[in-house]
Amino acid sequence: MAFLALTVLLTSLLVFLVTQWLPGDVCRIVLSREAGPAAIENCRQELGLDQSLPVQYINWLRDFISGDWGTSYSTNLPIFPMVIDRLRNSLILALVTLVISVPVAVILGVIAGLNANKPVDTVISVGSLAVVGLPEFVTGLVLIWLFSFGLRDLGLPYLPANSSIPPEATFFDTLPMLILPALTAMLVLLAYIARLTRAGVLTELHQPYVRTADLKGLPRRIVVVNHVLRNALLPTITVIAISIAWLISGLVVIENVFNYPGLGRMMIFAIDRRDMPLLQAVTMVTVLCVALANLGADLLYSILNPKIRFH
Amino acid sequence: MAYRQGNDWLQAVRDVSFHINAGETYGLVGESGSGKTTLVLAVLRYLGSKGSIISGDIYLGDQSMRALDDQELRQMWGKQVALVPQNPQSSLNPSIRVGEQVAEIFRYQNKLSEPDAKLQTLEWFQKVRLPDPERVATSYPHQISGGMQQRVLIAMALSISPSLLVLDEPTTNLDVTIQAVILDLIDELISEQNMAVLYVTHNLGVISRYCDRVGVMYASELVEEAHPKELFSEPLHPYTQGLLDSIPQFGETKDRIRLQPILGQIPAIGQGPSGCIFRPRCPVAIEVCTNRPSLFPAGGNRLSRCHRWQEIALDDISVQQTPPSIERQQKGMAEGRSETLELENVSISFPLQRSLNDFLRGKPRKGVQAVNKVDLVIPSGTTLGLVGESGSGKTTIARSIMGLQSIRAGVIKLHKVSIPDQLSRRDLETLRQLQIVFQNPQEALNPHLTVGETLRRPFIRLLGLPRSEADAKVIDLLEAVHLTAAYANRYPGELSGGEIQRVALARGIASRPDLLILDEPISSLDVSVQAAILNLVNELQRDIQNSILFISHNLAVIGYLADQIAVIYVGTLMEIARQSDLFQPPHHPYTEALISAIPQIDPQTSHLPIHLDGEMPDPVNIPTGCPFHTRCPRFIGEICANTAPRWQIDPRTEKRIFCHIPLEDLLSSQAQSTSDGTGLE
Repeated sequence: MAFLALTVLLTSLLVFLVTQWLPGDVCRIVLSREAGPAAIENCRQELGLDQSLPVQYINWLRDFISGDWGTSYSTNLPIFPMVIDRLRNSLILALVTLVISVPVAVILGVIAGLNANKPVDTVISVGSLAVVGLPEFVTGLVLIWLFSFGLRDLGLPYLPANSSIPPEATFFDTLPMLILPALTAMLVLLAYIARLTRAGVLTELHQPYVRTADLKGLPRRIVVVNHVLRNALLPTITVIAISIAWLISGLVVIENVFNYPGLGRMMIFAIDRRDMPLLQAVTMVTVLCVALANLGADLLYSILNPKIRFH
Repeated sequence: MAYRQGNDWLQAVRDVSFHINAGETYGLVGESGSGKTTLVLAVLRYLGSKGSIISGDIYLGDQSMRALDDQELRQMWGKQVALVPQNPQSSLNPSIRVGEQVAEIFRYQNKLSEPDAKLQTLEWFQKVRLPDPERVATSYPHQISGGMQQRVLIAMALSISPSLLVLDEPTTNLDVTIQAVILDLIDELISEQNMAVLYVTHNLGVISRYCDRVGVMYASELVEEAHPKELFSEPLHPYTQGLLDSIPQFGETKDRIRLQPILGQIPAIGQGPSGCIFRPRCPVAIEVCTNRPSLFPAGGNRLSRCHRWQEIALDDISVQQTPPSIERQQKGMAEGRSETLELENVSISFPLQRSLNDFLRGKPRKGVQAVNKVDLVIPSGTTLGLVGESGSGKTTIARSIMGLQSIRAGVIKLHKVSIPDQLSRRDLETLRQLQIVFQNPQEALNPHLTVGETLRRPFIRLLGLPRSEADAKVIDLLEAVHLTAAYANRYPGELSGGEIQRVALARGIASRPDLLILDEPISSLDVSVQAAILNLVNELQRDIQNSILFISHNLAVIGYLADQIAVIYVGTLMEIARQSDLFQPPHHPYTEALISAIPQIDPQTSHLPIHLDGEMPDPVNIPTGCPFHTRCPRFIGEICANTAPRWQIDPRTEKRIFCHIPLEDLLSSQAQSTSDGTGLE
């Protein structure tokens, strides 16, 4: 826990410094190009930009912790509710993606691992690799074409291509809109998780303890479920936990394709507008997500792996 | 039996036939690559997708095992055959409690209810004498010791009352004192059930003690079969004879006997020569040996796959090469020799990590005491053997001498001058004088450097030679370890285990060190190759006149090679003896147990092993007083538990023993138990 706090603190310093060094003076951007030096000086004082860096950092950190994330330069709205709203959207998308992709990927991986080097394995491995090779905007567009246009022509249920969620929508209103972006994200994760699971199953299958279990005369099904999977899925589970961080903040392309209001798009927006307070806030939220996901993964691993639990 | 490799089939076992009667223990000996592991897997029908029985069949009773389909096979596995494997740690599922791993057998096989299965499990844990069965049952495998893990696996195997029990090197990875206890336990339990036992091992001593019949395997073939007594007293195949000659027996020393290695190496699987498979390495091969011999009945119930078995039986030909006479001046231990290395009162401990909480509360760091007040002297030109079980601290001592491990207290002296314990503070000359050959040469040599590049480095770095001169020296060096100059351009991955060990030795002596440390230099090698390395070590020492610290867990090897032997137990020295006196009483009770625990090939010299109770102490909590008192069969009371013993010196032999029991008492009781052959109990 102490290390987690230290990590986050260090990254906050990095985030602060990097945003400081980004080219472009905020006041020049906020005010018009023709603004006189006096006006710019005034603006700088107002924003506290005339103070020394350490002071600025301390102030910023204090404000950030107390929830006062300032006002966006570009929209003049308070940042905190904006970011939290986007975070919620991103979390929902991440959750839906995980719920769809983890069972599929793990099952495919286990099937591939148990039938290693047989045709089934080849189909799964090659297929999932082929999909992961495609960029997200391609898979996204193909899915849109399929589900929003192609299937509709066949009279099948249609899934919306535009996932811009109105702020007052409930979870169930938004669910249909989430499916296509979630499917796109799933196709990225699928190959990764499936291959990892396959490797895990394959390694564990050749461990001597599997021979011990087989020689007890247990049915193959019991050997696989009780003995092999228990150990084979350990690395998979931690990777899934870590991938949550990517799902929350890394889906920039997908969010753009589907016009989904998540954190990723907000970050691009902030960079575009040189909106430093917004960028800092989004980055810090991302950092927190990554750190928490890693902590979660470690805790989960230590719960599942008795070797770690008792040391 | 063959393995598929790409489109080829490699014959891993060729033309092997034998039978085991109910109640009989059949031993199968062979080195690595002999095909014995494949045979075990085939007997269990557990060959996997890459292996296959291409001809012949295996019968369990009247049942052909080759005919079984998957379903029937699983039936047979749980009921009729069982295996006690070589590596108990990895043979247990790391994330399931061991009790559950045994209980599931009763649930699935005997259809017992959950509580009944648990009860049965605890009962079996008692039968295999696991201490505190209930606690063990709820432990995970990594929480119990290797010996206890093996007991769990024995319980598993025997609980189904199999008609065939396969023991695949069941004690190879265990310490000698634990090995003796486990072997006797197995022996006792199988005698209660009328089962056929296949015992696979490379340890001839174990075979001699526990088996009714023995088969010797070499390069995929069975070359000889006999009763162990006959086999060992009068082998009828040159390979068996070679094996026997290549391992030192108790009491054999380098001054008197030169080991006879088998020349060459086992052919790779499927690469054997035509005709007799042993022909290229055989000292008595003749014309007829280019025809493949069959397994000839050789009188009694014996079989030999040698064309010349009759001549061997009649002693017309001798397989033994005439041992070259060993000229070695008798050396007095102390007189005229200065000390190369001295350890005075050296203690080493590893600090344990504190949790953040303990750190904030200011709790002191706990430490693991790895080495406790060790005094050792190595006179120049002599070999000191350091023997101990795993966790005894012997490798830690070696590392501290090399400067790889800092010491907590004490002094390390090289040529009577104290040297710093940190490597970075030692000068080049000190580095040159101290060299080590690590336990696993495969891992210790850089796989991306050729042998020549590896060997050149000490010349350039430690002796400051220019490159051209160094390259010339490399050739000399390779010749000194009986390799050809061509090896300089090869990579370690292209060499066999024995060749790699020669290269590692060559690297060790390149700088002409005054002290060479050999850390278990032969334990990863096959028996027939070990002898050649031991001979080489001797030869090099005669040439260079360096001192050697030889570390091993093998008492017979140490006894053969070392001039002086130090016995260490959980970081404390127990006994220091001269070579000739080590196997003569009085012994420290721990040495006594060690000696008795090693199964001997010759049943005459073998006596019953002394069983040590319990496990090695936890290094975090080393017992007070004498560290051995918790397991000592000669425990005499309070004094052992509370007071550290003094060193007693035997005036006749200068043997030093760290024990409270007076030497006369040790001598009289041990002399008696050796003579009546009963051991302690």
